[in-house]
Order: sequence, then structure tokens, then C-alpha cells
Amino acid sequence: MTILAVAEHDGTQVRSGAYSALTVARDLAKNSGDNVELLVLGSGLDSVAADASRFAPVIVADHPLLANPTADRYARIIANVAKARDAVSIIANSTTFAKDILPRAAALLNAAMAGDVTGYSVGNGELLLRRPMYAGAAMAVVTLSGQPQVITVRASAFPSAGPLDQPGERTVWNVDASTLPNHSEYVGLESRPTLRPELTEARVVVSGGRPFRTSEEFENYVGRLADALNGAAGCTRALVDAGIAPNEWQVGQTGKVVAPQLYVALGISGAVQHLAGMKNSRVVVAVNSDPEAPMFSIATYGLVGDVRQIVPELIRELGK
Amino acid sequence: MKILVPTKRVPSTDERVRIRPDGSGIEDASLAYMINPFDAIALEEALQIREQRGSNVEVTAIGIGNADFESELRTALAMGADRALRVDFDGCHDPWSVAQTLAAVVRREKPDLVLMGKQAVDDDANQAGQMLAGLLDWPQATFASKIEFVEPARLSVARETDRGLETILIRLPAVITTDLRLNEPRYASLPALMKAKKRPIETISCQDLGVSPEPKVRLVRLEQVTIDRTCERVADAAELVHKLRYEAKVI
Ligand SMILES: Cc1cc2nc3c(=O)[nH]c(=O)nc-3n(C[C@H](O)[C@H](O)[C@H](O)COP(=O)(O)OP(=O)(O)OC[C@H]3O[C@@H](n4cnc5c(N)ncnc54)[C@H](O)[C@@H]3O)c2cc1C
Ligand SMILES: Nc1ncnc2c1ncn2[C@@H]1O[C@H](COP(=O)(O)O)[C@@H](O)[C@H]1O
Repeated sequence: MTILAVAEHDGTQVRSGAYSALTVARDLAKNSGDNVELLVLGSGLDSVAADASRFAPVIVADHPLLANPTADRYARIIANVAKARDAVSIIANSTTFAKDILPRAAALLNAAMAGDVTGYSVGNGELLLRRPMYAGAAMAVVTLSGQPQVITVRASAFPSAGPLDQPGERTVWNVDASTLPNHSEYVGLESRPTLRPELTEARVVVSGGRPFRTSEEFENYVGRLADALNGAAGCTRALVDAGIAPNEWQVGQTGKVVAPQLYVALGISGAVQHLAGMKNSRVVVAVNSDPEAPMFSIATYGLVGDVRQIVPELIRELGK
Repeated sequence: MKILVPTKRVPSTDERVRIRPDGSGIEDASLAYMINPFDAIALEEALQIREQRGSNVEVTAIGIGNADFESELRTALAMGADRALRVDFDGCHDPWSVAQTLAAVVRREKPDLVLMGKQAVDDDANQAGQMLAGLLDWPQATFASKIEFVEPARLSVARETDRGLETILIRLPAVITTDLRLNEPRYASLPALMKAKKRPIETISCQDLGVSPEPKVRLVRLEQVTIDRTCERVADAAELVHKLRYEAKVI
């Protein structure tokens, strides 16, 4: 039987988080003796399929009607492939792509689902999955009944899978256009261009909180320090709500979850909803004018002071 | 036009959640509760749609749970919901059993739109809306930060994704799940809350609905998460950079 890893891609390459999901898929397959296959969906997938096949056998669902990741169509195909392959589990990296599509696929398959899994073990022949709840204040251990099991994993909790010695086989999935739903029409995607690394993949993340009152100010302090450290820039909900930073930069319970080597929190109080998105970073630096700010209680290093004074000093020191 | 707004009762986001020593659940005896914040946003949006489109819009808040849920349903009435409906259910939920139950409510109520939270901030699952849309074979638009009618039964929805703001068009009936930026929910005034105390809350059993919702996710145990870092205070930028370079070796 098959463990299906659904791989998100950028039109050319598989996104790196998918390789963490593949690590989990391979590990589960090692115990159960199942096969691992990567599923890619989209339109004009030659390059993506070639990239993916370096890591596993690939099922390619390539059709103009799949040009954009609309949940209705993607979920239908994922469910059909899972049925045809008698999949025991469907695994993906926990991004908005997977959060949008996989629960819908689970419903089509009558399947149980656990999201944001950060660890697992096997006990009494059952797969015990660990996932955070209550904004990360608690870790739940859960089991899923029935088959297939749908699982999204946090990429930061698992290493990336390496390539195979020989490329995996590529299988074309015949997309029957007449059976595809037509529930939504894709209009477009608007994002703030940035040359910085993707938040969830960066080694260093510098995040800013409420003291930054305009986009320019955010750039001048948070952005510049991020650049000095070759890092990504993130922020709290406060800045996204105020329109200072785009939503895709929000770190937290309801934004992105990051676990870089170094997380620098500039003027961030340390609300549980923010901590949920960054507390597993290896080293945390807090800079805050309030010596009592809760962020200090989870920081490795703390510096009390005004971010407007300290950030330029940090940039100068880093240049030395 | 009928809009259903599923509303979940969750521990207040100001509360510190503690786990029972035996790991069976949270210490819930003295907790304050609230409408799941994303559901409050969904309700606000439904009320704004009614305000824009007039009195032929009916907004119904739905809670699936025990009698305790009535307090949040009354808050929903006080905010402005036309009706409140509770599906009596006193067991464990998961997004699957919630979606099953909501699908049955939808078959009974025949709404044009289900507006709900993208995630319940207790289980943090982010699944029920997508599962409901899948079960109904309806269009879905998740993580909405803007909803506009482009035709009487056609909506443009801006969605907050990891890659940026995506816009899609969907037809009604549909399921939409809300994100934080969609609106700022109104408060229920004290007089409105007092009045809501006297309003009826319709109650139906799962049997009436013809469902026996069974969760597929079983909680084995909950563990408290603690972070054991001791913060080392540094005097200035120079010391911090030195520590990061030579002690932590992260830069
Ligand atoms: C349902 C829900 C979901 C949420 N999801 C998220 C989420 O995903 N991510 C998230 O981040 N938040 C989230 N929040 C919001 C969260 O609760 C906090 O409100 C938010 O994180 C606070 O942001 P902040 O630290 O920037 O602002 P504040 O809490 O206002 O803190 C600002 C800090 O800056 C310090 N400061 C001020 N001026 C200076 C200065 N000149 N120099 C140095 N320090 C200074 C202050 O001492 C203070 O500690 C959510 C809330 C809810 C209810
Ligand atoms: N017991 C419940 N009663 C009513 N609505 C619920 C219930 N549980 C979940 N929901 C709805 O489903 C959404 C997503 O929940 P979840 O998938 O658990 O994160 C919530 O924001 C609510 O709108």
C-alpha cells in the first residue's frame, strides 16, 4: 500500500517544506513496509516532476484546469489518487495550501485528520501523533481511527529528506476534466515583493512589534537588521492589523510557525499567540524597553532598551 | 438570504490554560469562556451583510455542545443574530464530527452561506469548514479577509495565504472561513445581553438531525508545555553581538 506525500511547489521546484513531510512518510513506510509516492498537482509540471522524482516515485496530475490550487479540484484529485492507490496515509507540510485542501480531501475520503503534527511514536500498533493545542500551551497526543489517515506536519520539526540514488519513476495521473468540480474561479495573488528568504525556511528571523508605526519604519529597523543577518523579516498580529506589514509575515498561533537558529524579537511583548509561532527557535533574543515584558521569560538573551537606539547599534556591531 | 454562523465556546484568550495532572483535559472549573474569536468575526460579517442587504437576510448562530454553550449563543443574539440554535451534544468533538453535524443542520436549514471561523483557538485544528464544504460539495473560501458581492449570488473573496493575498470568485451556496483582518467584531452591549437572556434558544438533538457524530480523533492525553530557558540579560548591543557570535555561535 501507499503513503502519499502531497508536495506543494512553485511551478518549477518542489517547496522545501515538502521534503520534511517526505521524511515522515519514509519513516512511517519503513515501519509498515508501505511504498512512498509523491503527488504533484498543477499545470505544466515537467520541471516540478523532474525535481520531485529525484526524491521519490512521483504521481503527476498535470492539467490546465489545475493551474491554480483551488481546493475543490485539488481535493477531488487527491481523494481519487488516494483511493486508487489504497493509501494508508496522506501527508503534507502544514501550510495554508495544505490547510485549505487536505481537510476537504479528508471529508471526501471519510478520513480522520490531524494537523500541525510535530512528533509521533508507535504504541500498541497504533500511531500516536503529537500536535500543539491551546496556542501551544498544551501538547496533545492523539490517534486517528480508520484509513486513510490525513496528516499535516510542521516542517520545522522534521529534517528534510535527501535525494534517492536513482530518480523515482514518474506516473501520469489521467485528469478527467469532465468530473472536476468548478466551484471557484481564481483571480490572482498579491504579495509584497521581498528578496529576503522565506520566513519558515530562514536560519535567522527578525520580527518587529507594535513600536514600528509605518512600513518605512519597519523596513528601516526590522528589515535592515534582517538583511544584516541574512534573515527573514516577520512581525506580530498588531502590525498586520494596522496594515504596516502583509499577512504573510505574521508569526504566531494563527500565522506562520517558525523555528530558526536565531529569532530576534524587537518590541514584542510576548503574548501566548505570538509565542506559539516562535518558541521552538533555538536561540531567542528579546529587545524591549519594558524589563518586565513576558518575551524576556522565554528569551535566551535579553536587552532592555529602545529599539530605535539599539537596532542601529546592532547593525553597526555586526558590520565590525 | 439565510446565513448560518457556527459559534464555538472556547476558553477566553486571556486565560492561562492548565492541564489536569492526569492529562485527561484542561482544568476547566474556573475558566472564563468566550465565542471563538474567529467565529465572532464571522458573525460580525454576517451582521454587516444583513445591514447592507436588508431585512430579508436572516442570521442564525449555531452551537454544537452541551447547555453551557447557551451563554455564548446569548452573546451571539446580543450582538445581533436573529436566531440561535443549539445542537445538543455532550461528548467529545473533533472537526470531523462537527462537520458531520453541521452538514445535517445545513440540510435542514438550507442556508445560502455558512460563515465560520478558520480555526477554533482551543483545538487549533483549522479543518471543520473545509470538511463541511467537502461533505456538501459546496464551494469554499478559507481564511477570508475581504468578502464582496459581485452579483446577488456571486462573491469575491480575498484570502490570506502564506504566499500573499489571493482572490477567488465563488457562487452561493458556499462555506467561507474567516481570518483576523476581515473586520473588528462589535461588542454586545449590556442592555442587549440582558434582553438576550429572555430570548429563546432552539435546541435540537442529534437524533432529530439524523446524525450520530463520532469523532475520528481520539485524545490519548494532554501535556503541559513549558519552556525552560533562563534569560541572560546583556548590557548593550556590543555584548549581544559578541554572545551571538562566540557563545551561541548562531551568526
Ligand atoms: C484569536 C487571536 C489570534 C492571534 N494570533 C496572533 C498571531 O498569530 N501572532 C501574533 O503575533 N499575535 C496574535 N494575536 C495577538 C496577540 O494576542 C497580541 O496582541 C500581539 O502579539 C501583540 O503584539 P505586539 O507584541 O507587537 O504588541 P504589544 O503587546 O502592544 O507589545 C509591544 C511591546 O513593545 C514594547 N515597546 C514599546 N515601545 C518600544 C520601544 N521604543 N523600544 C522597545 N520596546 C518597545 C512594549 O514594552 C511592549 O512589550 C492573536 C490574538 C487573538 C485574540
Ligand atoms: N462545537 C462547535 N459548535 C459550533 N461550531 C463549531 C464547533 N466546533 C467547531 N466549530 C466551527 O468550526 C470552526 C473551525 O474549527 P476547528 O476546525 O476545530 O479549528 C470554528 O471556528 C467554528 O466556527
